Formats: sequence, C-alpha cells, structure tokens
Amino acid sequence: MTAARRASAYLTTHARTRLALLLAAPLTWLVLVYVVALAALLVTALWTVDSFTGEITQTWTLDNIVTVVTGALYQAVTLRTIAVALLVTVIDIAVALPIAFFMAKVASPRLQRVLVVAVLMPLWASYLVKAYAWRSVLAEGGVADWATGGNSPGFGLPATIMTLAYLWLPYVILPIYAGLERVPDSLLEASSDLGAPTAQTLRLIVLPMLWPAIIAGSIFSFSLSLGDYITVNIVGGANQLLGNLVYTNVGAANNLPLAAAIALVPIVIMFVYLGAVRRTGALENL
Amino acid sequence: MNHNTARRPALLAGLAIASVALLSACGTSAPSGSGGGEALDELGDTEGAVSILAWPGYVEDGSNDPDVDWVSAFEDDTGCEVTSKTYGTSDEAFSLMKTGDYDVVAASGDASLRLVAAGDVAPVNTDLIPNYDGIYDFLKMQSWNSVDGVSYGIPHGYGVNLLMYNTDVVTPAPTSWSVVFDGSSTYAGKVTAYDSPIYIADAAVYLMATQPDLGIENPYALDETQLAAAVDLLKQQRENIGEYWSDYLKEIQAFESGDSVIGTTWQVIQNSVTTGNTAVVLPDEGSTGWSDTWMIASEAEHPNCAYAWLDYIASPEANAQATAFFGEAPSNQAACDFRDDCEAYHAGDEEYASQVWYWSTPIADCLDGRTDVTCTDYSAWTTAWSEIKG
Repeated sequence: MTAARRASAYLTTHARTRLALLLAAPLTWLVLVYVVALAALLVTALWTVDSFTGEITQTWTLDNIVTVVTGALYQAVTLRTIAVALLVTVIDIAVALPIAFFMAKVASPRLQRVLVVAVLMPLWASYLVKAYAWRSVLAEGGVADWATGGNSPGFGLPATIMTLAYLWLPYVILPIYAGLERVPDSLLEASSDLGAPTAQTLRLIVLPMLWPAIIAGSIFSFSLSLGDYITVNIVGGANQLLGNLVYTNVGAANNLPLAAAIALVPIVIMFVYLGAVRRTGALENL
Repeated sequence: MNHNTARRPALLAGLAIASVALLSACGTSAPSGSGGGEALDELGDTEGAVSILAWPGYVEDGSNDPDVDWVSAFEDDTGCEVTSKTYGTSDEAFSLMKTGDYDVVAASGDASLRLVAAGDVAPVNTDLIPNYDGIYDFLKMQSWNSVDGVSYGIPHGYGVNLLMYNTDVVTPAPTSWSVVFDGSSTYAGKVTAYDSPIYIADAAVYLMATQPDLGIENPYALDETQLAAAVDLLKQQRENIGEYWSDYLKEIQAFESGDSVIGTTWQVIQNSVTTGNTAVVLPDEGSTGWSDTWMIASEAEHPNCAYAWLDYIASPEANAQATAFFGEAPSNQAACDFRDDCEAYHAGDEEYASQVWYWSTPIADCLDGRTDVTCTDYSAWTTAWSEIKG
C-alpha cells in the first residue's frame, strides 16, 4: 500500500518517467515489429542468393534493385498493379458515395443502424471464402454467365478488379459515411434556402468537407489492392500482379532478396501517394 | 512542438543504424557444403511424434476420405503421432524445409539435390531400413537420391505428367502435346499449364520431338539458345492459357466447371474429377515425370520416428496404398500384390521408366554431359518463367 502510494507520488512529480513508462511497451512493439521488419526488408534487398543451395549470401549489391527498376517485366507488372488499384479505388468511391450519402442524410435512424450492420456484415466472412465465391460466380456456367446470357467476363483482370472492389467496399463506405455525418444538415438547408441547386450544394458544400474522408477511404482501397496476390490468383486467370511476383520469389524461386526489392515498389508508390495527398492538405483534416 | 519534430529524423536514423548493425551481426552465414549432418548408426527409442512434408495424397490419415488411411496403422504400431503438411510445387517444399519444422520430406528430383546441397537433409543409413531390400534396384542410388555414392533417401514412387482433356470439348482425342503448344489457339482461354519454372522442361520435351535442329538431348540441360526457344514456345502458349495451376484442387475444380479443358495433369487429379468427362493420355513425344524420395531433415527433432516412417512407407502394403492413391508406380517390388492397377503404371518396367524425363534441377554444368557450353541454371529458369507469365 505504502509502496504504491510512494510510486504514485513519485510519478506525479516526475512527468518524464511517467511518460516513459506509459510509452515503453507500445514503442518497443512498434520498433520491433515495424521499424526492424522494414529495415530487415531493406537490408535483404541488398543481398543475393546462391542459385543452387538457395542460401542467402551477404554480399552487398544493388543488382536486385536495378533489376526491379529497369526490368521490362517489373515495369509492366508495376503499371498493371497501379492501374488495377486505381480502378478499384475509383469504382469503390463511385459506389460508396451514394450509399454513404443515403445512410447519413436520408435514412431514418433505425434504417441507418440496419445499413451500417449490412455494410459491415461481409467483413465477418473470411476473405478467402468471398474470393472463392466470386470464382464460382464468374466460372463457366456460373451466376455471371446466367445473368449476362453467357457473356461472363470469365477469369482475368476485369474479374480481379470486380472482386477487389467488392472486398474493399466496406473500408471505403465507412470513412465516407463518418465524414458525411460531420456535415451539418443546417449547411445543406442554408445552401438550398439561398437558391443553390442540388448539384451546386454537393460541389461547393459537401465535397470540400468530405474530401478528407474520401482520401482516407481511397488510401484503404488503393493500398490493399496494391499488395493483393490471393484474389488475382483465384479469379485473375493467368495474370500476375506485384504481390504474385513477391510471392513466387519467396515461395517458388526462394529468392528473398529479389522479393524484398520488389516489395519496395509498393512502399515507394504508397509514399508518393501519401505525399501527394499531404500536399492537398487532406491529411490535416482527417 | 518544433524541437520535437526536428529531433525525430535523428532518432529514426539512429534506430535504422542500430537495427542494421543488429541484423548484420546475427544474419545468415555463408552457404555450407553439401549434405547436412551424419547418418544415424543405430536406432533409439521412438520420440512419439514425427512431422512430415509431402505431396498431396502421400500422407493420408482418413481425414480426407475415411477409406483412405495408412497413417493410423503407423501411429498404432510405432506410437509416433504424425503431423503432415502438403505442398504444391517442389519450390514450395524447398523453402518450407528451410523452416526446420519438418523431420521427413517426400522430395522430387527437382528439389532433392538442392536440399542436399543446402545441407537441409541428412544421409540415410539404409541398413536401418529393413524394407529397403524390397525396393526396385533401378530406383536405388540414382542421381536424384544419392550424392557421391551416399544415399540420401528411400525411393517412394514414380509417375508421368499426363495430358488431360475434356472429352466433350476436345475432339478428336489428342495424342500429341501440340494441342497445348503449336495448336493451343483452338482452345484459347481454356488451356492450363503447371505453374512452376520446371514446366519449361515440358516445352523442351516437345521441342526435342518437333525441332531436332535445336539439339536438345536432355530437357533439364538447356543452353541459352535452347532455353530461348522453349521460352518463345511458352510465351506463345501463354496467350491461350486460361489459368495456370499449382494447387491441384484448383485444377480439379477448373476441369469440373469447364474453365479448363486441356492441359498437363497428374493421374490423381483425373482420379478426383467427379464429372466423368475428362480423360488422360501419355502423348507420343513422351513426357516429364517425377521419381520421389523420402528424405530426413538434417536437424530432425524426431530422427527415430523419421526412420520408422521411412521403413513403414517402403513396406509393400503401405507403399501400395500410398502410390495407388496418388496414381503412380510403386517403388516396392512386392507392392503390386496389394494393388491391381500396376500394369497401367508400368510398375517395375525399367525400359518404360527410362523413357520418362524425371524432374531434375537444372544446373550450370550441363546434365547431358556437354562441356563446350554452359547450361542455364534454375535461377535462370525462374526468371524466364516470370517473364513468360508477363
């Protein structure tokens, strides 16, 4: 009892010790799991693999990074991956905006709760189950074939984009919904009282306030698509994305250094993306 | 606020330097020589557990199909509790063995020598395995299961990569690999192929028959020009590929739904397709195949149970059950007493076995004995495979 009292008395007067104790555990975790893992990745990219024994040789070389930057294969796959991620993001935002607007501004409180649950519901099912469900939807004689009269897109990049857009939709709807909740109804009413048509209200009042939320949603869908390799494996036909190259180099080729070098590509893309977003000022309003 | 942000980069740089130093200090060592550890001289008590890495269908304990079970008998006899994991390609097996979690591995020829070279598997003392005597002599001490006269494992079974086709769609019945290479456009978007660099050898086998000018003697010994020809053929095939497979369940499903109608396969896949509209054929050009070896990890935690498993799986009855289920020829001479389909697999037919190009790891020293050129090694094949897929 007295020991506890003494400790708390000590901590009251020593703010720095208090802070250190409070942050020690989470910081250790962050450093170990995040910074060290990332540094390990960077370092591995600079090593090579003995092609026969498969052991990593610690000779410093930039070969892997040069290969990834200059190789036609890696350039093509990087562009394909960015295109897929962008399309998924655009589709998700286009679908999420009206749904989120309805949820936040039109639906009754009761319906609103039901809709939030409905949006969250797919997250309860496993990612793999959902991807395989899309495989059977898009397969020969599947639902897509039946609905389009035999014109199902089949397996390939369009199938990958559709499946990814479906998988990440809740992550885009939720931030946009939360953002719309913060737009006061009074502003919309004032705008319409002053004679602004709906389109103008949306463009000049809602969109600027909603921008940070849209950016937040796009970060989710863009970064998740950038790293995906399972969906494209299941519904992507013979196509490969950056994630597949990383996966085959770790698994099949047993070339960890090259895999690490390839893994740096999405990291760089995300840094560029976040940098661009930061310049728009959207991050400050999150 | 300001003085904090100014200090942050310095802190981050310090952390980065510290972690790099840490990593360099305890990083991996240089590659070791060939083979790891020593073979056991005598057996001790079994450890009560054994962990096995194998192709699908090699270690069946009744959990997939209650009637297919040869693991329970082993567990009852020896008291070694079996845990097993399956893999889809030899490359996957090779990297999984690096985790050190497995005592025993069933490796094909394109993984076995690499495992030996990397020191991941130990020599096997065949004197401690009574059932080794019953193995066909032409499978013993081959280039894929021994190094310098030292045995690294027990032969398990061997088989051929076959051509599977949908009998409703593919007519007439194919007799040549040309339907998936030069003529693949007939079934554009419905062709499938095995998703591994070793599949380049399948193209090489086809080229041996169709373009003798290339002078390919062994599909695993390709010089630059020969590899380029195989890559061109596969790039042309890529345009008509619906999807590649390495997960055999995915191929079963693709053939059942009709998303794939023709492509390379294993007998076990044909046996598992439930729709009944597929058939398999060994094309005229011959084919690649596998001859698998049970090996023991050099750092095995349960070496005595591992030896017990090697002996058990080489016994006529267990060998017959496992190889019959997978759809391959057994390695034990007496195994055919326990199965009635041995003829279909040409079990024990040394002549037939010699016509199949068993998976082997391509290395720079040409496997066909040429000394005037350098052959392309497995890493070149891996790079080529990524490029083929595009």
